Amino acid sequence: MKKRVLGVLLSATMIAGMLSACGAPKADAPATTDATATEAGAEGAAPDAAQTVVADDGKVLNVYCWNDEFQRRVKDHYPGYTEVDATTGTIGDVTVKWFITPSDNNAYQNNLDETLLKQADAAADDKIDIFLVEADYALKYVDEDVTLPVSDLGIADADLANQYKYTQDVMTSQDGKLKGLSWQGCPGVLIYNREAAKEVLGSDDPAEVQKAVADWDTFSKTAEQMKAKGYSMTATTNDAYRVFSNNVSGKWVQDGKVVIDDNIMKWVEMSKAMVDAGQVRSTADLWGDDWKKGFFPDGKVFCYFGPAWLINFCMAADEAGSIANAGGWGATEGPQGFFWGGTWICAANGTDNAGLIADIMKQLTTNKDIMLDIVAKDSDFVNNKPAMEEAAAKDEYAFDVFGGQNPLAMFCKGAENCDLSNQSPYDQGCNEEFQKAMKNYFDGNATLDDALAMFKKAIVEKYPELKAE
Amino acid sequence: MKKKSKVVSYNKWGYIFLIPFVVIYLLFQMIPLVSTIYNSFFENYRSGLKQIGPNFVGIENYITIITNGDLPTYLKNTLIMWIMGFVPQIVLSLLLGAWFTDPSLRLKAQGFFKTIIYLPNLIMASAFAMLFFTLFSISGPINSMMVQAEIFKEAYDFMSHVWSVRSLVAFMNCLMWFGNTTILLMAGMLGIDPALFEAAQVDGATATQIFYKITLPLLKPILIYVMITSLIGGLQMFDVPQILTNGTGDPMRSSMTLIMYLNKHLYSKNYGLGGALSVFMFIITGILSLLVFKFTASEEKN
Repeated sequence: MKKRVLGVLLSATMIAGMLSACGAPKADAPATTDATATEAGAEGAAPDAAQTVVADDGKVLNVYCWNDEFQRRVKDHYPGYTEVDATTGTIGDVTVKWFITPSDNNAYQNNLDETLLKQADAAADDKIDIFLVEADYALKYVDEDVTLPVSDLGIADADLANQYKYTQDVMTSQDGKLKGLSWQGCPGVLIYNREAAKEVLGSDDPAEVQKAVADWDTFSKTAEQMKAKGYSMTATTNDAYRVFSNNVSGKWVQDGKVVIDDNIMKWVEMSKAMVDAGQVRSTADLWGDDWKKGFFPDGKVFCYFGPAWLINFCMAADEAGSIANAGGWGATEGPQGFFWGGTWICAANGTDNAGLIADIMKQLTTNKDIMLDIVAKDSDFVNNKPAMEEAAAKDEYAFDVFGGQNPLAMFCKGAENCDLSNQSPYDQGCNEEFQKAMKNYFDGNATLDDALAMFKKAIVEKYPELKAE
Repeated sequence: MKKKSKVVSYNKWGYIFLIPFVVIYLLFQMIPLVSTIYNSFFENYRSGLKQIGPNFVGIENYITIITNGDLPTYLKNTLIMWIMGFVPQIVLSLLLGAWFTDPSLRLKAQGFFKTIIYLPNLIMASAFAMLFFTLFSISGPINSMMVQAEIFKEAYDFMSHVWSVRSLVAFMNCLMWFGNTTILLMAGMLGIDPALFEAAQVDGATATQIFYKITLPLLKPILIYVMITSLIGGLQMFDVPQILTNGTGDPMRSSMTLIMYLNKHLYSKNYGLGGALSVFMFIITGILSLLVFKFTASEEKN
C-alpha cells in the first residue's frame, strides 16, 4: 500500500510538473497585462511603481537596435546618461535597457517585429520605447502605426529646421507625418588608400585622385593600373553596388512587380568585367573577412565607398596597424554621389517615456553643440546643415583617419543631393538577394540569365506577395 | 480474486509510466504534425508588419511547389551531400568497429580512442561550420598554407565552387557522425556470439572472410538501423550547409538542402507553403526509409 501511494505521488508530481511547465507562461501573461493595461500610452511621468519588482522606481526605457553605435552616441553625448553595464544605463531615475540584436540574417527585424506585434499586450516596462531603423527598411515601419509621429512627442517643425531635408522626407509617412529623426547624414564618398594613390597615381591629393576616378570609365582604367601594381580596386564587387543602386530611375518594386533598374545592370556589367580582369579580387559579401582585409595595408585594396559612419565606425580605426589608425585614408567624391544607410530614431507606439524620448531626439539631432561634439569626437557627419557648413571650413574638424583631411565640405555637397525618393519597403531584401545572386555570375558559376532567375526566385520566396516575371 | 487484482494493479503502472511519453508525444509530435498539414491548405504569411491570411486555398500550395520545380533539385542536393558523407562514414565506422572489437588485435588505450572519435559530435554543428568557413575562406589559414607550400598557385575560393562546397559539407557531416556510428556498430559487433568467430578461425577462415561472412550478415539489423536513422538525419541536413554558405546554398543553390529551402519560406512566416513543403518531405522521408528497409531486408532472405 505504501508503495502504491508513493507511486501515485511520484507520477502525479511528474505530470503536474510537466503541466505546470507548459501552462506557466500562459497563466502569467494575462495577469501582468491586466495590471498595466490601464496606463498603456500614458505620458512618461505616470508613476508605474505599482507592478514593478525591480529595485528602481519603475521607469524603464527599452531601446532596440542592431549595434552599439547609437548606444555610444548616447553614452558619450547625451547629458546625464550613466552607464551601468554593457546593456543597461540610467538617465536620471530612468533605467535604460539596450536590446542589441545584430542585423545578420534579418535577426534584428525579426526580433523587433515580433516584439512590436506584442507591444499592445506587453507590460509597460517591457514595451519598446525607442527603436532604430535603417534607410533600407525604414518605410516598412514609417507607414505603420507602430511608430509615433515626432509631433506627438512635442517636437515642433521649427526645432528641426536645420536638419537635412532628405533625412526627414524618407521618414515621412504617406499622410505627411514625420516618424523618426536622425543625428547623422549619410552621403557617401570614395575613400582611398593614400599609400596606393602615391604609388600608382603619383599623388595622394584628393583633387588629383578625383581625376582618376571621375567617372566609371576612368575608374575602370585606374583599376587596370592598380592591378599592375598588385592592388585590388575595391575589396569586393559589392563595394560599388550602393553607388549604382542609389542612382536608379525607379523603385525596386513597382505595382507589386520587381523591376531591375538599368543602372543596377550597369553595376553587374562593370563588376563582371573587373572580376574577369582580376581588378577586384573578391566577390565575397560585405562585412566578411575578405572585405575587412583591405582595412590593413597588407590587404592591398585601393578604395572603399562609404559614408562617414563607415569610416569612423567600421574601418578598424581603433586597431593598431590598420590604415585608418595611421590616418592613411583619403576622401574624394568619386564617380557618382550616393548615400548609404543612416540610422533613424523612432518612438514606438505605446511608449511610456515620451518626454525622455523627445529630449534624446532633440539633444542628439538638433542641439548644435552636441552635434559638433559628435563630429569632433567620432568623425561622424551630423544632420545639421548650418553647423556642418560652418565646420567644413575649420581645420579642427579634420578627420584623423584621413590624415588631417576635412571631408565635411564633400559630405555637405553630397547631403544636398541625397535623394531617397526611390526607396521602397523591399529594398533590403532586394539589395541583399541581388548581390547574392550576382555573385554566382561573377564567379562564373552561372550565366547572367540564370543568376537573374535565381534572384527573382529568391525574392518571391522572401516576399510571397510580389511577382518577379 | 484478491491475488488476481494484485497482478492487474501492477500492469496498471506500466500505463501510468507511459503517460509522460504519450503526453510529450502528443504535445511535441502529434499536434505539430497535424497543424503542419492543416496549415498547408492556407495562404498565411506576413508582409512587413502586415499579416496576410490565413485564407483557405485548397491544394494551391502543393501545386506551387510541384510546378516551380525546385523540390527535386534540393532533394538531389541533399541526397548527394548525404551519400558523399555517409559512404566514407560507414566504411570508416565498420573498419574502426571491427578493429576495436577484434580481441586478437589487443588494442591499447581503447577508451581513449573511443572518446576521441566521438568528440567532433560534441561541438555544435553551427560552430563547427563556422570554423570551417573561416578555415577555408580566401584569406583563411588553409589557403595561406597551401599557397606558401606552393601547392596552390593562388588562393582557391572554396565557397564558390560546386564540388568544393559539397565536399566540405560531406566531410564535416562524416567527421561529426562517424564516431557515433562506430559506437553503434561496435555495440552490434559485440553482440555477436564469440563462439562463431572462434569456430571460423578453427576452420581456417581469414580475417577478411570472417568480416564478410560472419560479422556483416549478423550485423545487418544494426546496419539497417544506422542507415535509416542516418538517412532521416541526412534529409534533415540544415545547420552545416546553412552556416557554411551563409544561408544561400551557393554556388547557384547547388548546396541548398530541403530544410534550407523550407527555412527560406520562414523569412516571411509563410506557414502555408512551408507546411506544404514539410508534408512533401514527410512523404519523401517515409518512402526512402521504406525503400532502405525493404532493400536490406529482402537481401537477408537470400
